[in-house]
Amino acid sequence: MAQILFFYFGGVIVGTATLVVTLRNPIYSAISLLVTFFHVAGLFVLLNAEFIAAVQVLVYAGAILVLYLFVVMLLNLRREERYHRQYLVGALLGVVILSELALIVSRSAFQSAIGPFTPAALQAVGNTEAVGRALFTTYLLPFEVASLILLVAMIGAIVLAKRVVQT
Amino acid sequence: MVPLSYYLMLGAVLFVIGVVGVLIRKNIIIILLSIELMLNAANINFVAFSHYLQDITGQVFVFFVMTVAAAEVAIGLAIIIALYRNRSTINVEDISLMKW
Repeated sequence: MAQILFFYFGGVIVGTATLVVTLRNPIYSAISLLVTFFHVAGLFVLLNAEFIAAVQVLVYAGAILVLYLFVVMLLNLRREERYHRQYLVGALLGVVILSELALIVSRSAFQSAIGPFTPAALQAVGNTEAVGRALFTTYLLPFEVASLILLVAMIGAIVLAKRVVQT
Repeated sequence: MVPLSYYLMLGAVLFVIGVVGVLIRKNIIIILLSIELMLNAANINFVAFSHYLQDITGQVFVFFVMTVAAAEVAIGLAIIIALYRNRSTINVEDISLMKW
């Protein structure tokens, strides 16, 4: 069952991601990316990361993609746009990188010390509580830095998008 | 049970689709969308390792990736709007010169 679900999610993710980079109309690309994000969230549920799946849907599908669609519709682009002339080099480079990554994945064992968060332990504590506990104890400083990054992004976006008033 | 390498291969494929998207598209909005694809590939790998090595840290770091993605989108789209206002184009071939 898990295998069938994995192949369904993986297939849809790869298919819609390919549509994102091949479709001409940016609105269609953004909608394809929406489907990709939902299926990535499904993959997270399959991996016992329910809270991350919810955040994926809320933040990526809810906030980030709406921002993209907003800008695409604001700019109102109608022109037909062709691929960059270096598309053959790009595709060749993609094949090279993919074969290298496949070689690394197939040759490596990925063994490491197994942590304490077995599925049973997560079930007892709750996924959200376990993530929150790690976030607010061990990773408190990175959490604060992340809030600072968001503040800088907010100020930067306002400064960049503000229309300069000519006096 | 799905082996870990399946998830890693899916992440690799998604990442390469993102790389190719950055390389072959001229529309700067699609280039930003491709960067989102690459970040999602990294997130899949983080969560897969978190599950198979039974360590919650991977899921915590997905948060930080999402934070950086949100900041990147806000700044990137603001730059695109400012660019479109000044140059009325979002084709990367038309904006390859720094100053002319």
